[in-house]
Amino acid sequence: MPRPPSVLPDVRGGRGVLERYGLVSLVIQGIVLGVLTGGIYALMASGLTLIFGVLEIINVAQGILVVLGAYLSFVLERFLHIDLFLGLLVTLPLMFGLGVLLEWAFIRRLTWERITLSILVTYAIALVIEGILGFFFTTNYQELRSWYIDATVNFGGFYISYVYIFSFLLSIVLLAALFWLVYRTSFGRKLRASMQNRTAASLIGINVSRIQSITYGIGTALAAAGGMAFGATNAFNPASSYDLISRLLVIIVLGGLGSLSGALIGSIVMVVIGDVVALLWSPVWSSTVFFVLLAVLLVFRPQGLFGRLEGRKQ
Amino acid sequence: MKILRRGGLLALLVLMLVFPVLLSPNTAVTDIAVYTLIYAMGATGWNIFSGYTGYISIGHTVYFGFGAYTMALACQYWNIPGGYLPFLLLPLAGLVAGVFAIPLGALVLRTRKYAFSITTIAVLFIFQLLGFNLTGITNGSRGIFLPSPPWDPNLSDLPFYYVAFILLVIALFVSWRIRHSKYGLGLLAIRDDEDRAFGLGVKPGPYKLSAYVISAIFVGMAGAMFAYFIGTIFPQFVFDPVVDVNLTTIMFLGGLGTLSGSLIGAVLVVPLQQWLTLLLGASSLNLALFGSVLLVVLLVLPKGIVNSLKTRWIAWKASHPKAEARVNDAASQERAVLAERREVL
Repeated sequence: MPRPPSVLPDVRGGRGVLERYGLVSLVIQGIVLGVLTGGIYALMASGLTLIFGVLEIINVAQGILVVLGAYLSFVLERFLHIDLFLGLLVTLPLMFGLGVLLEWAFIRRLTWERITLSILVTYAIALVIEGILGFFFTTNYQELRSWYIDATVNFGGFYISYVYIFSFLLSIVLLAALFWLVYRTSFGRKLRASMQNRTAASLIGINVSRIQSITYGIGTALAAAGGMAFGATNAFNPASSYDLISRLLVIIVLGGLGSLSGALIGSIVMVVIGDVVALLWSPVWSSTVFFVLLAVLLVFRPQGLFGRLEGRKQ
Repeated sequence: MKILRRGGLLALLVLMLVFPVLLSPNTAVTDIAVYTLIYAMGATGWNIFSGYTGYISIGHTVYFGFGAYTMALACQYWNIPGGYLPFLLLPLAGLVAGVFAIPLGALVLRTRKYAFSITTIAVLFIFQLLGFNLTGITNGSRGIFLPSPPWDPNLSDLPFYYVAFILLVIALFVSWRIRHSKYGLGLLAIRDDEDRAFGLGVKPGPYKLSAYVISAIFVGMAGAMFAYFIGTIFPQFVFDPVVDVNLTTIMFLGGLGTLSGSLIGAVLVVPLQQWLTLLLGASSLNLALFGSVLLVVLLVLPKGIVNSLKTRWIAWKASHPKAEARVNDAASQERAVLAERREVL
């Protein structure tokens, strides 16, 4: 499967770039870009890690849900001429509903070997969505269009497309809302209670299955928001989901499974390392360097940066 | 009962041996049969680790890829012509995969259960990228061509079929021996409760790592067969997450941890997938249909076909004491209790 184009807007790495811009400025640029795009990955990964924490499943479908979000924005933009960011007002509730429906139809039925079966069931869901998307939109790469994708802003000698800045602001707003929801509301308290101990939570009167279906909906909606930002910064086709889901899974392993702040830090670390390596060395090696660092981290800290050691489950 | 089972096994063997001869001019069918056997063998190997220990590896494609590249590079390096000679490289491919599995397994097995599954996916993508980027060895995305066998194109599937068949029988034999040994019991104990197994004297570390390496050897040989059979290899096809999902799907449909599950699962999954791809591959609808079938089967028979039928059979036998006169003997009672307990668990 071809890699999606690098997230770097203007500068491609390799020889010559270093002489032209100098080491420090390249590293700074890599970090800035990494933080801006890291926000997008944080949106998708926080959905995945929430779903993992509350539902105790590995949602392999998160990758294709991101791509589905990108295609929904594509449809709204291309056929109804709705602005990408305004279109989120339509796609987010729509995807929330889809998430609740998927949870009700498939995830809720998993009782035996829940985690491993969830990999297969969500993979099957992903296949169905991928097939349908491929049928309607073919496997050709698509791009989202808007003025702020083409327009750039001069940033200390480098040009960055406005869409990176807008997407970053979107991520901050949505993630702030998510943190507020999880840590400051009574729904969030119930959510965290079901994350810690499902049985105990249901014993004190929390409707855990309702919390679970809402959480899956939120995760799906976050995927849609991330999908719009992903589609605005990358060309995508239905098979982009494989690359996405592998990155997202790596992010949540790095941050620690089930940890929201871990997903946040993990995304930024991943994208920053990737972008700096891409600028200094070569784009083809950027993910490899990150993966090797991940392997080293796992040797010393198997539970990830913010994860807790897995206790014994009874 | 025993005679029935042996007879059935023998009949199955004979059927599998004559099957390609009956259909040999029809290469579309024999192609699918070869893929089915290769996947059945890979799934049997995968099951030795993931099925017995309960650690679901989604990164065994790495060893599939190692096997495939070992085959391709060895043929290239020693200028081996197409024919029967490359088949002799299969053990080498398995060995290379097994040797690589030792450090990689030691790394990924530091994590437990689902963190393990996710980590194996990450490792898979590292090697896919390396396959693309180490162009000096793998020739990158341009791929490597393997020698093509000089046989009559109408019959050229037959040698592949029989070699894959022999490998499958070996894999099944090894899996069966492990299942009925003290070592295998240790692996199953790890699946049921790792900490308690440790307390009872099973050393989880060496047990898991050795099973991981054994399964990598078989998956590596499956990869080498696959490479020689399709004739060209590209990083995206041999380090393909789809291969792993196929292995997992096969075992889950057939029955995780069972011997016959790999055969039953492969016979159901691979032909369906290949047939749908042939029929609808152009429109991507094959993915949607295959996914829907998978969803239905997983929701109706979540424990896999073999396990579900087994529990139903035991329940039926227990509720019809007259049908089976000797149902009250100690052994079958014990079996029923065990089955019930697994049901509860």
